[in-house]
Amino acid sequence: MTAQEVRLCGLLLQEHFGDVVENVGTHLIRNGVLTLRALAHETKLALDLVKKSLCVLVQHGMCTFGPGRRGPAGPVEYHINCEHILHMLRYPRYIYTAKSLYGDTGELIVEEILQRGQMTMSSTVKTVADRLTHNMPEGQSMDYNEVVSAFSRLVETHFLQRCPPMASAESSGTGSAETPPAVTQPSNPESHPDCYKLPYISLSGHGKRRRSSEDGEADQRAAKKAKTDSSECGDEGIHWQVNFERFHLHFRDQAIISAVSCKLDQTSGEIVRTMLRMSEVTTSANAAFTQALSANEIFRALPSNYNIARPILDQYLTLLVDDPMEFVGKAGDSGGGMFVVNLHRALANLARATLESVVQERFGSRSARIFRLLLRKRHLEQKQVEDFAMIPAKEAKEMLYTLLSENLVQLQEIPKTPDHAPSRTFYLYTVNQLPTARLLLQHCYKTVGNLIERRLYETKENKRLLEKSQRIEAILASLQATGAEATQLTEVEEMITAPERQQLESLRHHINKLDSSENQVDETIFLLESYINSTQASR
Amino acid sequence: MSRGRGRNQFTFNVDALGFGRGDSLPTTTHTPSPLFPPMQFQPVPLHTGEEVEYMLALKQELRASSKNLPFHIRAARTKRDVSRYSDKYQTGEPKNNTIEWSPDWSRLPKELCIKVRKPQKTITGTKQQLKQRPKVAASKEDILQKLETLEKEEVHSEEEEDEGKKKKQNDDEEEEPEVEEDYDEEELEDETDYIASYFDNGEDFGGDSDDNMDEAVY
Repeated sequence: MTAQEVRLCGLLLQEHFGDVVENVGTHLIRNGVLTLRALAHETKLALDLVKKSLCVLVQHGMCTFGPGRRGPAGPVEYHINCEHILHMLRYPRYIYTAKSLYGDTGELIVEEILQRGQMTMSSTVKTVADRLTHNMPEGQSMDYNEVVSAFSRLVETHFLQRCPPMASAESSGTGSAETPPAVTQPSNPESHPDCYKLPYISLSGHGKRRRSSEDGEADQRAAKKAKTDSSECGDEGIHWQVNFERFHLHFRDQAIISAVSCKLDQTSGEIVRTMLRMSEVTTSANAAFTQALSANEIFRALPSNYNIARPILDQYLTLLVDDPMEFVGKAGDSGGGMFVVNLHRALANLARATLESVVQERFGSRSARIFRLLLRKRHLEQKQVEDFAMIPAKEAKEMLYTLLSENLVQLQEIPKTPDHAPSRTFYLYTVNQLPTARLLLQHCYKTVGNLIERRLYETKENKRLLEKSQRIEAILASLQATGAEATQLTEVEEMITAPERQQLESLRHHINKLDSSENQVDETIFLLESYINSTQASR
Repeated sequence: MSRGRGRNQFTFNVDALGFGRGDSLPTTTHTPSPLFPPMQFQPVPLHTGEEVEYMLALKQELRASSKNLPFHIRAARTKRDVSRYSDKYQTGEPKNNTIEWSPDWSRLPKELCIKVRKPQKTITGTKQQLKQRPKVAASKEDILQKLETLEKEEVHSEEEEDEGKKKKQNDDEEEEPEVEEDYDEEELEDETDYIASYFDNGEDFGGDSDDNMDEAVY
């Protein structure tokens, strides 16, 4: 765990779960594996608070526990899963994807499960139905069956998966057979055969509309009812969580398709989309390329509103194969030509394009030219760089040294003689894509951390103003509910002066900008992370 | 390396360095580089569009709603100068230390479960307090002893009062086994509007004011 990752994890935990959980989480990240007592000692918090924080972290899948070094008889050890915490940055993107694929129902289902960590199917269905009913016009309500069908579709396409069951650890000796094992160990979710099997639940009814006047009572009645109802539904103990890997595969496919559409044209993008869709189920998550598909199959599977003739499809496929980006490759000639999508190579190219774009935006197009040259030609001497890039010597040197000081370009010495005399050594400039990508990824983490801190600072600076505006909004809302006159409303509105209003407006603008930047940097983070993971998987 | 005759000569090709012999070197830096250096190239403006705005709204909503969920844990506020009456109503944390949602305890290690003792109802109806386990055992023994003494007393003819006392003690005894169970579920089940400490189960009500009907009973 790098320093930037730890800092970002701490900020994210604090934003969503508060300072206590942030304290506990950061200590766990820094120290690796800890027991409950050790953790309480390190954080100097009350034991109850530490227990609560660990419950929250385990509930959300960010922390796992297992038997400690002393075996099942010893205290339980907790270790934290940093990637899960960093996924919190991407929650809006997951929810938006669910909305675009499965509509509002799917969006709410994914949102509920993301916010609560894990949920049973019945409680999800009820909560989502209630929320949807709340937004519908008076008199209508959402039937549970629709929500159940949306849930089933999400499970079928593997966007949701069952939480792995707890495999009980072997009891230590026959003597302690009566005490249940204090420690249960989770296993990999995919290894469970029923991972994507829907339970049979007997759930029928409609979403309940909540009247605003009975809010408090309805909540408690609903809470009581939920407890008694869940025992009737028959899916006790089966919890569902969001399958982040599947969402990531979907994002990766989206990135490839949009890259192809941008570089070539819309039809090529559609062809690649068809190929990826056909190989969704047959390709494993870490595969370097999809299963080979014949041109005949692709032709049959194209969407019906794209009536392109067969020879034109062949031409498109040839173009895609010949493209230097190497998104699509030819794997054989049977069936009119066997084609694969080169996933790892596509990711590498996308990462390379990101790196080049970063250099271009920070150092100018000529530095970017030098960078691209070095990426392509691997090792070049100073003189060769000047010649190939067609940049005058002095400026080329300056740019190279700037890139070198930023660590984007490395210097490789090749001595001619055993004593590394400088006059008899080659100094070659080089760019290694993988370490540079890692460096940029750390920069991205640092950027997001800075953005979050700046947003917190801005909010804190204007706290008084924000509270005042919230109070005034509450007063306005209550006045409107009781039917006040227009004069009273304007009087209350004027409690905020014009310069204050302006200040509030600019504050909102800043915060929106910072939030939007976080989302955008997260897209780059996703690309670079996928690329780095793909290189590790192939080893 | 070469301290020989050609002392003034460089041992490597000077041109490769990028500056000639007589050229001036760039000035040395005296201070650390500025915190916000002026940028040579302005950053590209952010993406805009419906998708971007929707995700922005989602992000802000998620942030706001996560503060209201039970997963947001607040440490107990430190006591201020004087303990005030309103503290009881203003504090956001639960009065006992359990977590405010009910997870599936079979999926969590047992040590994370925070157990709470239910406040006991004593015979005299004194103010209810949380008692620890040893106290529960002690009071059980007391009650058993009381039962024995009362059995002896029952031989003497104070029937009515004894029956009344016995009934109350039997009620308490019945409560005892309940009291020792896991309190998490019971505590959470009783999520009524009524604060537990306010509830007066009326055992004292009838006995007191049977005689004086002149004073109004509020």
